[in-house]
This record gives sequence, C-alpha cells and structure tokens, in this order.
Amino acid sequence: MTSITNKNGAGRPLLEASKLTKIFGSLKACDGIDLSIGTGEIHALLGENGAGKSTLVKMLFGALQPTSGDIGWKGNPVTVSNPAMARSLGIGMVFQHFSLFDALTAAENIALSLDEKTDLNTIAARARQIGQTYGLPVDPDALVGDLSVGERQRIEIIRCLLQNPDLIILDEPTSVLTPQEADLLFVTLERLRSEGKSILYISHRLEEVRRLCDRATVLRHGKVVGQCDPRKETAGSLARLMVGSDIHVIERQPVVAASTGPNNLLEVNGLSQKPRGPFSVSLHDIRLSVQAGEIFGIAGVAGNGQGELFEAISGEVLQERPDIIRIRGKDAGLSGISARRKLGAAFVPEERLGHGAVPDMPLTDNLLLSRYSTDGKVFLAGGLLKLLQQSSLTLAAKRIIAQMDVRKSAENPDASALSGGNLQKFLIGRELDRNPSVMVVNQPTWGVDAGAAAHIRQALVDLARGGSAVIVISQDLDELFEISDRIAAMVHGRLSEAVPIEAMNMERVGLMMGGADTSNQPSAGAA
Amino acid sequence: MRVELVKRPQHSALFSALSPFIALFLTLIAGAILFSILGKNPVSALYYYFVEPLTEVWSWHELLVKAAPLILIAVGLSVCFLSNNWNIGAEGQLIMGGIAGSILPVVFPDFQGWYVLPVMLLLGMAGGMAYATIPAFLKVRFNTNEILTSLMLVYVAQLFLDWIVRGPWRNPQGFNFPETVQFNDSAILPAIWADSGRAHWGFILAVVAALLVWFMLSRTLSGFEVKVLGRSARAGRFAGFSAGRLTFFAFLVSGALAGLAGIAEVSGAVGQLRTSISPGYGFTAIIVAFLGRLNPLGIVAAGLVLALSYLGGEAAQVSLGISEKSARIFQGIILFFVLASDTLIYYRIRFVTRHSDAAAKGA
Repeated sequence: MTSITNKNGAGRPLLEASKLTKIFGSLKACDGIDLSIGTGEIHALLGENGAGKSTLVKMLFGALQPTSGDIGWKGNPVTVSNPAMARSLGIGMVFQHFSLFDALTAAENIALSLDEKTDLNTIAARARQIGQTYGLPVDPDALVGDLSVGERQRIEIIRCLLQNPDLIILDEPTSVLTPQEADLLFVTLERLRSEGKSILYISHRLEEVRRLCDRATVLRHGKVVGQCDPRKETAGSLARLMVGSDIHVIERQPVVAASTGPNNLLEVNGLSQKPRGPFSVSLHDIRLSVQAGEIFGIAGVAGNGQGELFEAISGEVLQERPDIIRIRGKDAGLSGISARRKLGAAFVPEERLGHGAVPDMPLTDNLLLSRYSTDGKVFLAGGLLKLLQQSSLTLAAKRIIAQMDVRKSAENPDASALSGGNLQKFLIGRELDRNPSVMVVNQPTWGVDAGAAAHIRQALVDLARGGSAVIVISQDLDELFEISDRIAAMVHGRLSEAVPIEAMNMERVGLMMGGADTSNQPSAGAA
Repeated sequence: MRVELVKRPQHSALFSALSPFIALFLTLIAGAILFSILGKNPVSALYYYFVEPLTEVWSWHELLVKAAPLILIAVGLSVCFLSNNWNIGAEGQLIMGGIAGSILPVVFPDFQGWYVLPVMLLLGMAGGMAYATIPAFLKVRFNTNEILTSLMLVYVAQLFLDWIVRGPWRNPQGFNFPETVQFNDSAILPAIWADSGRAHWGFILAVVAALLVWFMLSRTLSGFEVKVLGRSARAGRFAGFSAGRLTFFAFLVSGALAGLAGIAEVSGAVGQLRTSISPGYGFTAIIVAFLGRLNPLGIVAAGLVLALSYLGGEAAQVSLGISEKSARIFQGIILFFVLASDTLIYYRIRFVTRHSDAAAKGA
C-alpha cells in the first residue's frame, strides 16, 4: 500500500506520461499528450467524443502501443505492452461497456478475469469483503443476467479492486446510473481516494467532475488544451475548454395546442408484453399519449424496457389488440412498421449500425431502408417491378446531408464509414426529411459529440413546434430536461406518470427512475 | 501455440476482386503437387485436365452440357446465400424436378406436341419448388436448421428416384434395366447446334436465368430486401421486411431453378429417367456460387470453370489412368481456397506462442 503523500497530487507523480502520440494512418488521435496523476487524487479526463480520451487511456492500459512518447510509473520508465502487464503494474480499468457473461454468477465472472487460479469460495469471500469495505454491496452468487446495471458496474469495480491497483481508470462510469446510484459511486470513489488510491475519471458530465475531481486535463482534437482545478471553474468555462467555442443553446418556444384535428397524435393504451427472450424485459400496462407540438421524454436506466417499448411502438413487434397503439387517431396495434410509417410515424432506434442502418451498405441504400414504403412514388419506378431509382435516392441523400451537416469522407460512403455522430445526424435527417407527424427516437445523442447533439436536439424541438408529436427515450437526463415538455421514467418495464417539466427536478426524476412513486407530491399530475 | 484470426481494419478492394483468381491459381499448384505425389508428370497432367478438353468442338459442347445445371442451380443458391438461407439440398430439389418433369413423357407418352416441353419444364420447376418448401417451412415454423433438413432431404430424394425408376416407372420393354421408357421426340430439349454436338437449350435457359436474377438482385426492391435481410436481420425488420417470407422466396427461387436444372438434364442430356441423374451438380453448384462471388454474372463464368473440372476428370481417367473421382478432389480444393482467400481478405492470422503468451501475462 502506497502511503498518502498529498491529497492534491503534489510530490512525485504516480503516473507521468510525456509527449504520448498515437497515429492511425493519417489521423493523429493523440498528439504529444502530457499527463501526470498524483497519488491519492481523482483526476478528470475531459473531452468530447473523438477528442482522444479512449486512445490515451488504451495506451496507459496497454491495449494500444503509442507511436511515440514515454510513460513513467512510480518514477521509472515503463513499456505497457498489454493489459495483463498494466494489471501487474497496478493499473486497473473499469470499462464503459461491461464485459460480463449474463449466464454466469458474479463470482464466476470475477474468477474469469483473474490471472492466477483461485477457488470460487475464496473469490466470493474476498468480493463480499471488498464490497463491505467500499460500500459496493453485491451478492457473489447472483446471476449477472438478473442484476441491474448499477450492480453490474459494482462487479466490475470489485473485479478491478481485487487486483489491488494503485491507479483505477473509470470510463464514463455514471452514464448508466441513476443520480442516486451515482451518489453511491462517488462515496466509494472518495473512500478509495482517502486510502491513497489514484483514480483517472473519464467523463463529459461537467457537474460531477466539478464535485468529485481534484484536477482535470482537457483534451480537444488529440491535444491537451488545458489543465485546471475543476472546483474553481464553472460548468460553462469547462464546456468552452472542451468544445473550443460556446455551445449552441436550444431554443424552445412554449407548446401551442393545435386547434383542429385529433390532438393526441400518439396513444399507447395499456401495452403489456411478455419477455421475448431470456434477457429481454416484459412490459406492464404502459399508457401514454403525446399531443401535437410537444416532446415527451422517457427517462430510465438502460435495460428497463426502453428497447422493448420502442419496438412495440414502431411495430417491429405487434400488439394483441389494434387499439393498444393509436397513431393520428387510427388503430395501429396490428399494423407492421411500414403501415405505421404510412400513418405518419417515423422511428430512430438506439443502435445505429445493424438496426437503424445496415453497416456495409451505402447511405443511399440506407435511405431507402426506412423510406421505400412511404416514398415509393419517388424512390421506386416500374410499377410491380419496383425498380430502384438511384438518381432520386442520391438527390434525397444529398438534401439530408446538407440539411443535417453530415460530414463524410466519400461521395456515398457505407454507413459504417461515418462516425457515430454523423451517422446519427443522417438517420435523424432521414426521418425528418419526411416531416413526420409522430417521431419516436431512442437515445438520440448517445455517443454523439456536443456540437452534433445540439444540432439533433434543436431539430427535434423544431419538429415538435411545427406540430408533430415527439417521443424521446434517453438515459441522458440533461438532454431530457433541455428539450422535453413532459417526462416519465421507465423502471422494470413500467412507465411512471408523466410530470410536466416545470414540476420536475433531478431528485424527483431520480426517484422515479428508481421506481419510487412520486405522484402524491403536491406538484404532480400530467398535463 | 494458438492461432487466432484477427479482423483487419480495412480490406483491400484489389484483393477482393482478385480473390477468385488467386484461389484458382492456388488450386492449380495444389493439383500439380497432388499429381507428382501420384507419380504423374504434373505439367502434362494439368494439361490433360484443364487444356485438352478445350481443344475439340464436341468437348466444348460437353462443357456447356455440364455448365448448364451448375449455373442454373448456383444462380438460385446465390439468392439463398445472400439472404442468409443455407440451402444445401439443391441436389434433392434437382432430382425432384427431374421426376416431376418426367411425369408427362413417362406416364402419358401418348401426349405429344409443342406444348409438352413447356409443361415438362414448368412441372420440373414446380417439383423443385415443392421440395424446397419443406426446409423453408420447417425453418420458419419450427426454427429448424435448414442446413441439416435440406441436406437430409437429398438422401430421401435419391432413394425415392431409385424406387420409382426400379418400381412403378420401369420400362416394361426394358429387359429389367432400372430405366424408364425413352422420352418421345416432343419431350426432348433440343440441341442448340445439332450438327456439331449435343449442347442443349438448358445452357440458354441458364444464361437467361442468370440475367434475370442479376437484374432482380441489383435493380429491384426485392433484391434490396434480399441483401438487407442477409446482412442484418434486425435492420431488415426495422425496414419492414419479413424474414420468414424471404426464406420462402429464396427457397422457392432456388428450388425452381434446381428443378429446372433437373428436368433440363433429364430431357436434354439423358432422354430418360435413370436411378442416378446427376453427378452431384447440386453440391458442386455451392462451389460455383461462391467462386462466382454470389453474383449471377460471375456464376456463369464460375459454372464453366467447374464444368471443366468434370470434363478434366473424365479425360484424366482415359489418358492418365486416375479415377474420375479426382474431379471431386479438385472441386473440394477450389472451395477450400475460395473460402480461405475470402477469409484472409477480412482477417489476418496471428500466431500466439506460449512464449509470447507468457510475456503477455507480464510474468
């Protein structure tokens, strides 16, 4: 155990990287990065998607080899040739996407990652003990498939702590947690810090960085653009450092109820559904209605049935009765996704590659994917032969690309060749181009950089204010607060009452995401 | 030591295009090694195998006779394979097509006229389609593995053909040979150039089928549906395409073309039904489909190449005294190299030795 030198990381640094550079082809993912992490400090690594955070961390953890530059560890130069070596040095990492097997127990999952052979009972006992010490309660005998995302993260952290590391790297740890779960995590991290462990904390959530971290290093386009004490900064000044300019502020006019036509453009009336696979969530009596002009936000931690709800509304999965889903006043519960599109609905799923788009098909083909049924007159010719009209597809793709500012490297690249943010802009633009009256989007800005995310959010707000009904399912609470008019939360396949944004706050949405009933609060009630 | 396949970040477009040719070249080298082990001069052996059959006009005709069923079947299989439906039972669908198409000339030999041949071809396609419906239905309804069911149905079809030719359909005047009556003239698929050889209209049908399917795959919404569902079932569902319907479509198309190949072979090349009507065309067509990169136009070329391996096998038997089964070996080697080249375009091989593994553990 290293002795505590200084809470703010002065003295000899634990890890010191100098001039770390990684070049992929012609792209400098990391360009001469200097980073020093002191003993017993929580060091934030800030930056947008594509700023080079992951590349830097992968080099520290040995998953990538730097093109040039040096890493010093406890004062000695080291070459971290692979993750196993990083672990033996004392560097542990908790990834954003967990690498756990659903069908194994927590203890079995931990055993798999240990380099030496240890018997399961010993592991379970040590896991329990570490869990108690650091406030990470987990049942080592529970099947991972049955655990919540927060509990799975605890297993990953325990797995990491079992190696007794001096430096723990956490990649976006709160992106999958409710605010309350995140608070528990912070207690654990502060405890680790008080024992002299160092933590490299990767995040783009500025508030929690300001609350938790001692120092911050900010990356932009692969370079260090600033080092600061986040507690002395504001969220705004940190954001400016990260993005390099002021972030576009979403403009929201108040909702004006439509005076004519059916007011509720989308209704879900008592949707229940059995789980469709071993790791799928069942849905219980979900009711919601969305008016013209409003954005209905659905909060919730991943894996609480959001994906299942999306597939039920989109018609990828049909309902038992026609009136369970009503689109623009017409029963649609037994209609497939094409028929629902023809009623005026549009859908953007969470997964871009392999659900919203076919990875190895060009953008024009991916445009046709969701538009052939509604825009057959433009994109198909030859009557029953249904010949593809490449020229009109190319024109429409160009229009969307210009409208949404999609950046691409080739004339008509494969979907997989676009970055996540640019592909998402294209997929949202593909639906907006139809001017749909109902739009359902699942995780609209997941993994999208701040500039593109603002663009997407503004487009959704504009669509709603133009008289459409929009549902946004998101794990990003800041996003929901920014654009929603009402917010409901999903937990264990149930949807809470919707609360108007004026009566909503972080604490309340956190309780709703945790399954607590908040409807007896004085300000409750749906609009 | 452990061998791992690691996905390449980018794949070379040049090598993707060259891959079938590299595979053929490697096949020739492997063949040369094989012949020298057998004690034959590899150069003259390869000459007899791959060049000599092309030096005579009649053997060009034979090439087209062999290529016709291979192309017909492989074109249908390309629709199956592109849509992720692994129909391995084209041989059985060919046999059932041959039997169904023979109903008219065998059971009703008195029907004669211009209409007989079209009806036979349609019945042949119907027979292949009906037989292909079985694995499609089992897959869609019960989620069975179509590779197993379609393959097992091949043996059922072979035994059914054996029984019907030895039993109810045996020629009463045939001295107890297991054969049906000879088809009458109006039931024979005519030769294309009757005075120079026996290449029949089956080859024309094959080229027409290849063009039609190529057009369907590259220009129409149906072809788009095949490619989308084959690459990503989930994106296909999001597009509103039905995977089950496409499974039926793919099996029906490939069954119809295999059945057409069967009746064309029986009516054009044999002239009667026998206990065996195909030297494994339905299986060799799988190689043709992959060598042609699942592109119907490429399949026409690949069909001619594989047809040559059949001719070469016969030639090698005569001039070198090697079993004609050596053709099967060549076909196997081609498939091996085609698949290997395609794999190595997308992946590279990494050897993990115990030594480097230990270093990796930081020990």
